[in-house]
Amino acid sequence: MSVNEVLPLAVIASSLVPGLLIFALPEHRVGLRTTLNLFGAVVKLLLVAVLLLGIAGGEEYAFRYAVLPGIDLAFHADAFALLFVTLSAVLWLLTTVYAIGYLEGSPFRSRFFGFFSLCVTATMGIAMAANLFTFFVFYELLTLATFPLVVHRGTPQALRGGRIYLAYTLVGGTLLLTGIVWLNALVGPADFAHGGVLAGVDGLPAWQLQAIFALLIAGLGVKAAIVPLHGWLPQAMVAPAPVSALLHAVAVVKAGAFGVLRVVYGTYGVEFAAALQLLAPLAVAAAITIVWGSLRALFQDDLKRRLAYSTVSQVSYIVLGAALAGPMGTVGGLVHLVHQGLMKITLFFCAGNYAETLGIHKVSEMDGAGRRMPLTTIAFTIGALGMMGAPLTAGAISKAWLGDGATAAGMDWVMAVLWISSLLNAAYFLPILWRAWFRPMPATWPEEGIPASGCRETAWLLLLPPLATAVITLGTGVLSEWPGSPLDWARLIAQREYP
Amino acid sequence: MTEWLPWLILLPLLWATAAFLLGPGRGARLAIGTTAVQLALAFALAFELGSGSGAPVHRVGGWGAPLGIDLVADGLSALILILTQLVALPLFVYARIYFAAAAPAWFWPLAGFLVAGMNALVLSADLFNLYVTLEIVGLAAVGLVAMGGTAGQLAAALRYLLATLVGSGMYLLGVALVYGSYGTVSIATLTPLVSAGAPLAVWFAGGLLLIGLMVKTALFPFHGWLPPAHGGAPAPVSALVSALVVKASFYLILRLWLGPFAAMAEVAAALPAVLGAAAILWGSWRAVRAQRLKALVAWSTVAQVGYLFLIFPLLGADQLALHAGGMQVLAHGLAKAAMFASVGVLIQATGRDAVAGVAGVAACLPLTLFAFGLAGVTLMGLPPSGGFLAKWLLIEAALLRGRWDMVIVVFAGGLLAATYVFRVLQQAFLATPGGEALRVDRRRLATLEWTAFALAVASILVGLRGMEILRLLGVGA
Repeated sequence: MSVNEVLPLAVIASSLVPGLLIFALPEHRVGLRTTLNLFGAVVKLLLVAVLLLGIAGGEEYAFRYAVLPGIDLAFHADAFALLFVTLSAVLWLLTTVYAIGYLEGSPFRSRFFGFFSLCVTATMGIAMAANLFTFFVFYELLTLATFPLVVHRGTPQALRGGRIYLAYTLVGGTLLLTGIVWLNALVGPADFAHGGVLAGVDGLPAWQLQAIFALLIAGLGVKAAIVPLHGWLPQAMVAPAPVSALLHAVAVVKAGAFGVLRVVYGTYGVEFAAALQLLAPLAVAAAITIVWGSLRALFQDDLKRRLAYSTVSQVSYIVLGAALAGPMGTVGGLVHLVHQGLMKITLFFCAGNYAETLGIHKVSEMDGAGRRMPLTTIAFTIGALGMMGAPLTAGAISKAWLGDGATAAGMDWVMAVLWISSLLNAAYFLPILWRAWFRPMPATWPEEGIPASGCRETAWLLLLPPLATAVITLGTGVLSEWPGSPLDWARLIAQREYP
Repeated sequence: MTEWLPWLILLPLLWATAAFLLGPGRGARLAIGTTAVQLALAFALAFELGSGSGAPVHRVGGWGAPLGIDLVADGLSALILILTQLVALPLFVYARIYFAAAAPAWFWPLAGFLVAGMNALVLSADLFNLYVTLEIVGLAAVGLVAMGGTAGQLAAALRYLLATLVGSGMYLLGVALVYGSYGTVSIATLTPLVSAGAPLAVWFAGGLLLIGLMVKTALFPFHGWLPPAHGGAPAPVSALVSALVVKASFYLILRLWLGPFAAMAEVAAALPAVLGAAAILWGSWRAVRAQRLKALVAWSTVAQVGYLFLIFPLLGADQLALHAGGMQVLAHGLAKAAMFASVGVLIQATGRDAVAGVAGVAACLPLTLFAFGLAGVTLMGLPPSGGFLAKWLLIEAALLRGRWDMVIVVFAGGLLAATYVFRVLQQAFLATPGGEALRVDRRRLATLEWTAFALAVASILVGLRGMEILRLLGVGA
């Protein structure tokens, strides 16, 4: 095997191997477990850096292994895969740090971090999958690896959340598999390719391709939380904060959205999909999701639930970008894949900090939180402003490109959707900020916990990750024209997609 | 290599006899050691077949058919030989610890006869020898189920005995009719003789053979004997009979269907598939509703057997359905053994056989729960397990023939399987009342846990060796 074949496997192994070792560790080996976790995360980042440099220079990284005749487990680390891989690798490191602080002293940490690592492993596999078969293998692995994390606390509510999560995702997986096998029976095994693989095949019945597309999108839409398949997401909020962060920003919903993009770009091809009349319904579904998610968020008092509905809304920006069927929309969707991850993980980290330090779970309890926890609230503010699309934040870049894409595609109603969504975002985020910064502090907090090691505000391990992601959110917004920024990388992908 | 074929039958007979004379203690060690040798032999046979030297034939005592007994091995037999030894070896290690306190004198001799019967069955080449081996397997299995001696086990064993005798009686009658019509019982000789224009007696014989074997495979609606027998026996016995014994009669149906009765089979192809679909839905539903852990796993066997019968209308030149069947036999054998083994640990640890009783087990027996979960992944047909490949091949075969009804049944079965597997897992994750963890003697359970885990991992890894398995299945097919 050459180095270029080994590297994609090494990226997967850098979380799989530590994960399996962690399962075997006794509960009290905190030091070794932490070392393994961080070692894996850092090694992965280094490997990803090597891949990024190589791909920018035109190298190809691919590996295949035959599972059945004609069916390969195949990985291809192309530019698009690396967009997702890099996001996950960076956020995995930060989430691991956060989770170590968050779970300090709680039981079953070996199990938690083991499955945590498996989740990231599955995400890497999803990102680098070179065909739908491989994608599906890791997509289902992700379902299985996240279930123990959702039910981690073992309370009846957690089990209920886990049950609903499984019911949605397993049915979704079934629909997806139906679509994949059907496609396979129709055109044989095919790797993802720029411009799609179906356009060149003659004599395919259009209705079958449309039905397959519907099955694939329905299967992926469950994880991407497209309305009406989004019901599991608010229920899965019972999980510990680092898991919510992972679910919302890095792994599960992203896997769904990423899959939609792979199907549109890699399998069908944008132009062929548009010719089959598939993209307009997709755009409508995305638009409905964007508005509906924001509307529901408006009425949630529970902070994490409000953030969850916000995720429902924001993830569909990515899908919308693909459905706009043009280079600008593509760039907007791709760049939002990264930006939404950064902003949403910041918000979930902060929500976790409020809950852990002050016992704040509800928006109505947020009064004066900014004075008690200024750094956390600054990070939260940056994330929230980004979600609204305020200037200088990452969110503004995404919305600008999506807007241009909508104009270029002649879909003016999409502009209206974007405006309505921004207004709704402001309507559900600004009250939180106002309460946190401008309302007086209550005499006592719901449940104030004193961090074992940290500053006055909270434990360092809980404070540093959201600050880091907030800084990156600002950085990607302000320095978006720099080489190597998410926007720059998204344009590189779009160039390869629209030659 | 062919001179080694009889040893796959002789070795288990030898250690079964020795175990009877030596007693359970030394008998167990002998059984485990010899089964390891058998496993090596089975793999050696598979490698030889894979290298392309064709199907070996061994003429026992130098007499060929029609006078003597021929032992014949092709890819399908080699696959089942590997499965048998691969399941038996860890289960024997498991059983040695499981029965440690009160080892029943009969376990090792009966287990030896069971393995010998299985090995002889897949190497036999004529209908009458197949009958003899089928009886050995069936009676050994009944003996194992009855071994515990409680009233429930004896009742289950009697019911099982009745079913297995009815099944083999019909089979024997069918063989007699075939012999009366053609004067031979050799499969190779019969294959060119039987045609769709055969006399009525042969059609009748074919029907008797098929139904007799269906009874022994516990295909719906002949499944009534299976849940009490498999759900009532001690865990290692349940694992052996659920993983292997039902596969023996299925193997035989497949042999006859593809061999002598191929010409007549097309007429009846819909029947096994309809019954299989009913088995999947009914068996899974009962597993979802089961209150006892072992009953849940036993009903799951009823359902999983159904998948094997879905392949019959899909058999064709593209071999997809045959491959799906072979893969399912292998994956289910390993996964079901793992599942019964892990349930055995759960029952020993919690002291009762109830789904509700596993609350909080995730905290103290994570390895066992992992084994149960991995075995469950195979049964649900999720990647990257062997069960997934079987499901993929089956769905592809069904879609290529436009059989959407089958696709729906397969997927419904998978979702129901997920329901009954996650029922247990979810209960295990429940925080125990008062937050008090179960007190478990980890040291004693360690061997049991690891053997269950090894079987479960094997059922997953099968999914990564699809190419080799399909190549093996292609030999002599």
